[in-house]
Amino acid sequence: MLVSRQKLIFLLPGLLVLVAIIIFPLLFTIRVSFSSWDVMYPGLDWIGGKNYSRLFSDSRFWESLQRLAGIAVGTVVIEYLLGFGLALLVWKEVRYKRFFRVLFLVPMMTTPVIMSVIWRTIFHESLGPLNNILGFLGLGQVPWLSTAGMAVVSVMMVEIWQWTPFMFLLLLAGLLSLPKEPFQAAAIDGAGPFRTFFMVTFPLMAPISIGTLIIRLIEASKIMETVYVLTSGGPGTATETSSYYIYIRGLRDFQIGYAASLSVTYLVLMILALTILAKFLVRAFISKDKA
Amino acid sequence: MLGLYRFLKYSAILLWSAFVAGPFLWALTTSFKTSEGIVSGATYIPWLQYKPSLDGWGVLFRRGGQGIDIVDPYLASLTVTLSASAISLVLGTLAAYGLSRFSYKAGPIKNADITFFFISQRIMPPIVLSIPFFLMLQAFGLLDTKLGLIIVYVALLMPIAVWVMIDFFHNIPVELDETAMLDGCRPVETFFRVILPNCKPGLVVAGLFCLIFGWNDFFFAFMLTFTKTQLLPVAVVALNSSVTPWWSLSASALVSVAPLVILAFVVEKYLSRGNLAGAIK
Repeated sequence: MLVSRQKLIFLLPGLLVLVAIIIFPLLFTIRVSFSSWDVMYPGLDWIGGKNYSRLFSDSRFWESLQRLAGIAVGTVVIEYLLGFGLALLVWKEVRYKRFFRVLFLVPMMTTPVIMSVIWRTIFHESLGPLNNILGFLGLGQVPWLSTAGMAVVSVMMVEIWQWTPFMFLLLLAGLLSLPKEPFQAAAIDGAGPFRTFFMVTFPLMAPISIGTLIIRLIEASKIMETVYVLTSGGPGTATETSSYYIYIRGLRDFQIGYAASLSVTYLVLMILALTILAKFLVRAFISKDKA
Repeated sequence: MLGLYRFLKYSAILLWSAFVAGPFLWALTTSFKTSEGIVSGATYIPWLQYKPSLDGWGVLFRRGGQGIDIVDPYLASLTVTLSASAISLVLGTLAAYGLSRFSYKAGPIKNADITFFFISQRIMPPIVLSIPFFLMLQAFGLLDTKLGLIIVYVALLMPIAVWVMIDFFHNIPVELDETAMLDGCRPVETFFRVILPNCKPGLVVAGLFCLIFGWNDFFFAFMLTFTKTQLLPVAVVALNSSVTPWWSLSASALVSVAPLVILAFVVEKYLSRGNLAGAIK
């Protein structure tokens, strides 16, 4: 009895605080999504599902979702490959190992919007160092932020710079916690480095790989700050992610009701997509495990 | 063969190091330029390519009048981030310990569901909560205050603390608790006397993660504060939208990101261990 009362002392404070801060705003958003709240008539009227039927034919919203999916999955896959590669590089004996391990983490310690401001000067077409270096190497000048395709590449590049360290950190921690015995067994069998990697290291890392990929996909599904600073969604709508589009509708146009319905739809779709992706990842990694 | 492998390995390490360090080095050199060093195209080496000046750094500390006041946003960012991280760490650690040691039940809701509720909060895009947060803080008169931001940040950071700590506790053998209980300690005593002293590595990692996500948040600070309270990221980005003096922009960016970068090197030994290993299974 004493124990059962005491165990609540641990859980309840945190749980209640989180519920209080999160649940009411969430319920409120859902309620607002059924109202016509905008800059002219701020208030909670009831217009049923009108906002939702409007968003069904809002192609700009659906395009932003597709774009977000492409950018998020693309960056996360590249981050995973780079992060895994880097973790393998500094896993075993390397000179100044400890220094490089921290150096590789530095970008994730920095403020994304602030570093994006710096990146914007780096991408500057005539005054920035990137085109300057390309010119020095005898390569052409790239319109980094002013053409649709390159703007997407630029946003992805900054995201990769910022968040590969996170992948690297978790994957390195995973590598360092692997048991020694399977590697000794592989060495006795005379397996080379590639065989050891594909038969031992990679399968052992499967659960950690799945975990890091899902965490990064969750964070990447919220991409908006780099877009805000680097391109403001442009040129045109070439880099407009869903969060950024909702931001424009809600906080620039003040169509609060409509933005709320977009938010709810976005959140539900994200949860669905991430759940499906998680299932898919588990199956992909486990089947590789058996092969 | 081995020589080639070593060559490739160190080349890859150095190449990535250059990519990581590039933006910082660029910001560092830019911060000592004047407009002459910028309008003629990219330059890198002071004295040789441009005449260095301290103008970019000078304006940061010139309070009031000319220049950008970065001292007040700095203090505001410190206050908000440290308070929110401390609260999140305390509440998150307690909840994580409870969830890892006891079983809770409320109807169909069990431990796994509660854990999922905590951690799943990270899925919430800031934009979804921004409007209700705005109205909620307005209703309580907390808009444009540090306290308002601290409350919002606690919701943002506590899931991270729970996520890191819950796994940390799973790796502390339960026998440690049981021995203490047999000695007559009640759960709360056990936690504070026996478990907490063994938690330093976990607390350091969880604390660092809270600081990272708190210090680096832009969106909520941008949405929920205006003039009385201004946090660092908002102050720096505001420079970007006006006519941009690249030198003071670079200097302020470096000053803003410095504390956490330095902290990362200080707590390096905790990060490189396998502590985080199972945190994500």
